[in-house]
Amino acid sequence: MGEAIAFYSLAAFILGFAVLVITARNTVHSVLFLVVNFLFVAALYVMLHAEFMAVIQVFVYAGGIVVLYLFVVMLVNLKRPPEVHADPRRRGRLGLVVSGLLLAQLVAIAAYSTTQAAAGPASRALAPSPPVSGNVEQVGWLLYTHYLVPFEVASMLLLVAMIGAIILAKREL
Amino acid sequence: MVPITPAHYLVLSASLFVIGVIGVLVRRNVIVILMSIELMLNAVNINLVAFAREWQHVVGQVFAVFVIVVAAAEAAVGLGIILAFYRNKETVNIDEMNLMKW
Amino acid sequence: MSLIWLVPLLPGFGAALNGLLGIRFFSKRAAGLVACVTMGLAFGISIWAFVGLLGLAPAARAYDVVLATWIPPIPLETAHGIGAFEAPWGLRLDPLSGLMALVVTGVGFLIHVYSIGYMDGETRGAYARYFSYLNLFCFFMLTLVLGSNLLVMFVGWEGVGLCSYLLIGYWYEKQSASDAGKKAFIVNRIGDWGFVLGIFLVFFTFGTLDFRAVADAAASMPVEAAGFGTLSLICLLLFIGATGKSAQIPLHVWLPDAMEGPTPVSALIHAATMVTAGVYVVARNAVLFTHAPMVMQIVAIVGVLTALMAATIGLVQNDIKRVLAYSTVSQLGYMFLATGVGAFAAAVFHLMTHAFFKALLFLGSGSVIHAMAGDQDMRRMGALKKYMPVTYVTMLIGTLAIAGIPPFSGFFSKDEILYRTFLDNRLLWALAAVTALLTAFYMFRLMSMTFFGGYRGPAWQHGADAAPGGGHGAGHGGHGAWHGPHESPRVMTVPLMALAVGAIVAGFVGVPQALWGNNAIEHFLEPSFTASAAVRGEAVAGGADATTDAARAETGAEAAHEEGGAHLSRGAEWGLMLFSVLLAVTGIWIAWRNYVVRPQVAASLAERFAGPHRMLTNKYYVDELYGATFVRGTLDGARGLWTFDRRVVDGAVDGSGWITRLSAWISHMLDTYVVDGLVNLLGWVTGEGSYVLRRVQTGLIQNYALLMLIGVFGLLTLYLLTR
Repeated sequence: MGEAIAFYSLAAFILGFAVLVITARNTVHSVLFLVVNFLFVAALYVMLHAEFMAVIQVFVYAGGIVVLYLFVVMLVNLKRPPEVHADPRRRGRLGLVVSGLLLAQLVAIAAYSTTQAAAGPASRALAPSPPVSGNVEQVGWLLYTHYLVPFEVASMLLLVAMIGAIILAKREL
Repeated sequence: MVPITPAHYLVLSASLFVIGVIGVLVRRNVIVILMSIELMLNAVNINLVAFAREWQHVVGQVFAVFVIVVAAAEAAVGLGIILAFYRNKETVNIDEMNLMKW
Repeated sequence: MSLIWLVPLLPGFGAALNGLLGIRFFSKRAAGLVACVTMGLAFGISIWAFVGLLGLAPAARAYDVVLATWIPPIPLETAHGIGAFEAPWGLRLDPLSGLMALVVTGVGFLIHVYSIGYMDGETRGAYARYFSYLNLFCFFMLTLVLGSNLLVMFVGWEGVGLCSYLLIGYWYEKQSASDAGKKAFIVNRIGDWGFVLGIFLVFFTFGTLDFRAVADAAASMPVEAAGFGTLSLICLLLFIGATGKSAQIPLHVWLPDAMEGPTPVSALIHAATMVTAGVYVVARNAVLFTHAPMVMQIVAIVGVLTALMAATIGLVQNDIKRVLAYSTVSQLGYMFLATGVGAFAAAVFHLMTHAFFKALLFLGSGSVIHAMAGDQDMRRMGALKKYMPVTYVTMLIGTLAIAGIPPFSGFFSKDEILYRTFLDNRLLWALAAVTALLTAFYMFRLMSMTFFGGYRGPAWQHGADAAPGGGHGAGHGGHGAWHGPHESPRVMTVPLMALAVGAIVAGFVGVPQALWGNNAIEHFLEPSFTASAAVRGEAVAGGADATTDAARAETGAEAAHEEGGAHLSRGAEWGLMLFSVLLAVTGIWIAWRNYVVRPQVAASLAERFAGPHRMLTNKYYVDELYGATFVRGTLDGARGLWTFDRRVVDGAVDGSGWITRLSAWISHMLDTYVVDGLVNLLGWVTGEGSYVLRRVQTGLIQNYALLMLIGVFGLLTLYLLTR
């Protein structure tokens, strides 16, 4: 019961703020709404007993990426709202329609799947359960044993992205 | 009350995803578009974590970690591109970023 | 006699020499010399051979020589199975051919000499060409008379036709001359068609073309007295050829036009020799003809009708050569009449005498024309006897001969013909007698208008002292002003005199028994007209002496001639002779009266009988008739065929060409619009498609994102549908 209330309220906030993100006139407002959105998603993670994810969400998303966005907004330094002239070839309404259709489809999938008992994936498809308890320990154990290589690759990826971002953003090369 | 099934989370993530899609399609400010992309990635993460919870296995969260890593990298690089573009064209209106056309 | 083969070949060699070299290189003197020397030599050899022939027994007077093989034996179908068709180049010297060779070479030689003077006005090359043609003619004519089989004779036959064309059209730049040459050749050709069919039929019937063999084979066949059998057909076909060559009705039309040629040509070819080839053919095949009485009748009738018709036309002609031309046609009719009644020897006798006096008359007329500077119209002559005495005397002799006044040659030969005709058919004799009267009349009319009476010609300048002396001998071509009629040079008058002598004495070889003669010529020629068996039989019976007495002549006459053997008593014969002489004198007297004493009578008669006079002047409109029917018909047929060729054949060719072009055009259209169209359509589709599709590349990133979304949606739908 309580879970349901929590869920529905969190869902409402998440979706509400998401809508605000995409409809805000001011870009800074958009960014701020995005931050709040992230925070509520983190709360949702907590509700899902994914504490590590929640913390990572706050740190990386809300703390890192959004700051980056803010910096860029500041650097871009828009004086005038950028929505003055719209190219006549845009298909805005069509986009809305198709998106609506997609949503309907996905919801239908979701609704349909509940009528059937969703069996878990075959145990051999998954990695073995971590022998430790506690969310962080479990994630860490998986990351550093079975998923070590992706972990290292991810770090490489971050390195490359960092270098790339620096080069792209430099004033002169 | 209806118990919260994974289906709820599916609907939630689908909605968040579609909202992100709408944002990508409709907004002209390229920064907002990038933020909408973040929304979409978040929707995916929600899905992953929900099903990790459902199947009592943490690998879903591990996957979500990696998604976050990629989202970060992509945001950084994307913003770098926007900056570079802004320096050249003095605009963040995506309609004016139309060199790749006929 | 063994040199007989030289007789045709000598003039042939002369023709080649003059033709190949003479036209380019020889002087006039050289060309004339070459021609006359070859003819003279040929004449000499002919005399030699003739003498040799006389030395043989009458039954054995034959000398054959084969020069080469022309056609080796080819198996060919005949009436009696498969025969061997072969034709050697053979010459045969027997009484008939020997006599003919003498006539041709003798008269020919004199005419060659005469031509040296007559043709002097020509250019050097044309002069040599003339003599080349003349020699060529003599070569062919001698081949004709000396040939031992029908094919060799046919070679000569065709050759003289060719030379006649060449010589008639000698002045080919003159339209009328070249037309006349063509007319002669074409009309001859019609006769030749019949002749060739006759040759085919001879081979088919007898399996050989040799004269002696054919005669021997025919002699054993029955006489076709009742109907028209193979022999009659053969004889009729050969006679058709003779008609063409000897200008009998209906193929006589070419001879008057042939007067376009030089006068010596008219003398040689159209008086003495070529036109007599037809008579020669009939005489040569006497055995065949005697076996076909119906055809002999036809021959006689055609002959006498031709004689009469030509004589009537000759009454009113004003061109001196035309008169002589019609006279020739008429005399040829006499010769055919003689063969028709079976008097072959008489026909050949008349041929011989006619050669003399007709050649004489022609050459004399040439002399007159030469004196009148080319004018041939008798109405513009007159009183020429005081200017050209030699010509006058010789022509007078010729006229008396042709009229049949004794003792000139024509009397004997013509009288023999009249006598034999009288024995056969009184009606034919009557017609022949009328013709004799007309002959005498028109010949003396010619003499009167030309030599007697008053001079009616153009005036001339009496500047005889101013004229260059040496120029007279040559033609009037380079003279300038005409100085009046004058006698011709010696080179022309001497042949005239020689021929006049012949015209006087030639008759004496045929004096009939009625006049205490022995009719030598008839007996001489007889072996040629009978088959060997009959001749041999006769020789055995009566001895081998050439000169015979009256009794043998009678039996010979009876054995050789099938029809009746009746002959008149001596008195009746004298009566006939006297009658014919009377006819001649009457004709002469009427001509003298109408043209010398009272010339206006002729003109008034012409007015009184204007209609008949016009018809005679226009030669019974025969030429017009032929022109309207055959000539028009041929030309219209040719035009029709040409139109057919143009429209249908060319039309078909053009049509196929047009169809090809049409199909090419269709292919082109197909290629351009369909094939290229397809290719272009592809390109156009691609182009237009790209034109449309590139609009996707708007450059708007959100459009691209939308497309991706649509794709995702589509894939999801598909996945769901298949699940």
